[in-house]
Amino acid sequence: MQPLLNVENLVKRYDGKRLVALQDELSALDGVSFSLFPATTLAVVGESGSGKSTLALCLACLEPPTAGCIWLEGKNLVALGEAERRKVRPQIQLIFQDPANSLNPRWNVLEILTEPLRLQGKFNSEGIERRASCLLEQVGLSMHIATRSPAELSGGQRQRLAIARALAPGPKLLILDEALSALDCSVQAQIANLLMELQTSLGMTYLFITHDLAMGVHIADEIAVMHQGRIVELGPAEKIVTSPHHEMTRQLLAATPSIAQATRLAREP
Amino acid sequence: MGLEMTALLAVQDLHVSYRSRGGIAFQALTGVSFQLMPGEILGVLGESGSGKSTLAASLLRLLPEHGQITKGSVLFEGKDILQAGSVELQGIRGSRISLIFQEPSLALHPTMRAGEQVRQVLAAHESLPKRVLKEKTRQVLATVFPEEEGRISHSYPHQLSGGQRQRVLIAQSIACGPSLIIADEPTASLDPTTQMEILGVFQSLREKLDLAMIFITHNPALLAGFADRVLVLYGGRIVEVGAAATVLASPQHPYTKALFRSVPRPLERPRNGEKVKLPAIPGDSLPSSLPSEGCPFEPRCADRMDLCRKREPELIRIGGTQAVSCFKFES
Repeated sequence: MQPLLNVENLVKRYDGKRLVALQDELSALDGVSFSLFPATTLAVVGESGSGKSTLALCLACLEPPTAGCIWLEGKNLVALGEAERRKVRPQIQLIFQDPANSLNPRWNVLEILTEPLRLQGKFNSEGIERRASCLLEQVGLSMHIATRSPAELSGGQRQRLAIARALAPGPKLLILDEALSALDCSVQAQIANLLMELQTSLGMTYLFITHDLAMGVHIADEIAVMHQGRIVELGPAEKIVTSPHHEMTRQLLAATPSIAQATRLAREP
Repeated sequence: MGLEMTALLAVQDLHVSYRSRGGIAFQALTGVSFQLMPGEILGVLGESGSGKSTLAASLLRLLPEHGQITKGSVLFEGKDILQAGSVELQGIRGSRISLIFQEPSLALHPTMRAGEQVRQVLAAHESLPKRVLKEKTRQVLATVFPEEEGRISHSYPHQLSGGQRQRVLIAQSIACGPSLIIADEPTASLDPTTQMEILGVFQSLREKLDLAMIFITHNPALLAGFADRVLVLYGGRIVEVGAAATVLASPQHPYTKALFRSVPRPLERPRNGEKVKLPAIPGDSLPSSLPSEGCPFEPRCADRMDLCRKREPELIRIGGTQAVSCFKFES
């Protein structure tokens, strides 16, 4: 099978003079390479400042990388002209941590959802309405909430809406940047299940960025551990937990709080 | 007869409600009672809408204008905080009881050096000569930054990492030598390694200063190995309370059980690469979806009975330390 996404030696440097940093130059990404196959999930885990979010921004064409290639189905996004890139962009959608900040507070659910549909210019008004209702259903929301504003929704409903909006342009890749981190545990489980369902029904591919290694291992096929702008360990999710190789992976595992551990601790007084 | 320890904090039958613009009252806390011993760490576990932040605000009478404590008492070091006058209250807030919030970047002044921000807390509560104030500030900062007190003291918040900023907030909170710290999701915005580091700071402070703590979180895993006791809130009521090791290892209330099951367990993942769904709790805990009568968890509960819709279960003691409010345990 051909990979959907092939990232080769991606580098992103920020000019230190424009930052309040001590060094002249900051390497946010320092030679990152990986492949992502259709209908699979790669979880990118690491501490704050390890380069996870920069990776997301580069892949979504929101930040130009300093060097390297991003191949999406045979097209190198880095080398495309603006007009070409505009055509490819809908195929990669980004979902952020806090849906309260990423949804327009003055619009209602239907307006938020139909904007990307209108921009595509593929549907008439009837078609837009039909597609919007279908998208809401896909993420487990009903048309009853169509006239509510984001503030009138729960955190979980808001993140479902953010997912529906991301699905609207018919993307092949969803980049989820800490998309579950701001939610309650029981809501995290609901949204994680929804993502798995969508992967089965739509064949969606995910890049799941998180600092929660436990959730990463649960949801992903493969895990990439990032540290100081590099991928220091990459492998199948179940292998990462049972036989971690890199020191950073071991540190992250040790810092992952778990109820299972609590249970063990209680049984071994 | 052995020495009986007196509680540092005794909350009795606390009721809090909010008025909406339409004048409709919403009951945020109903009949919450618990005690906290000196030096004890109590983990308050709850999700959005459970009333956990309302609880934190009520204990210091910091509720917003439309919030009202309608019933109950909060005895702290023998005084009822709910009856205290404003001068007395000022003497307790920030001095005897400190509050730490989730987002350290919002709680710190962006254009003031860290040392100055700690000094101002001290100056607000105690009138000390300049020299003494300076020395005390240094000591307080050195408690949480033993190696780099000087550098941190002269840094602005934006020059510090998330973990360092949270330590500055902790320094502010212990500056006046309180006996109780209330921390509302203090580690939620930090990454896991920093989270563990901050929990370590809290534990060492408890040992050094005999601080009691109310640690509010939505993440049960954080309380493992950290809290002494756990109190689980749902829909503004205590649904389960007990020794942390017992509650975390063998939860009894259907909500606590379901909540713990919905947390991913990386070590239990099947070896064949197969992905399984998490046993999520259906529905949500928004105030609008809580039932007006009976057990608040009834609509989402897998073990619900007819009785659950008719009246509310009371908190029943089921073991040495554990108590649960569920009809399954009523005999």
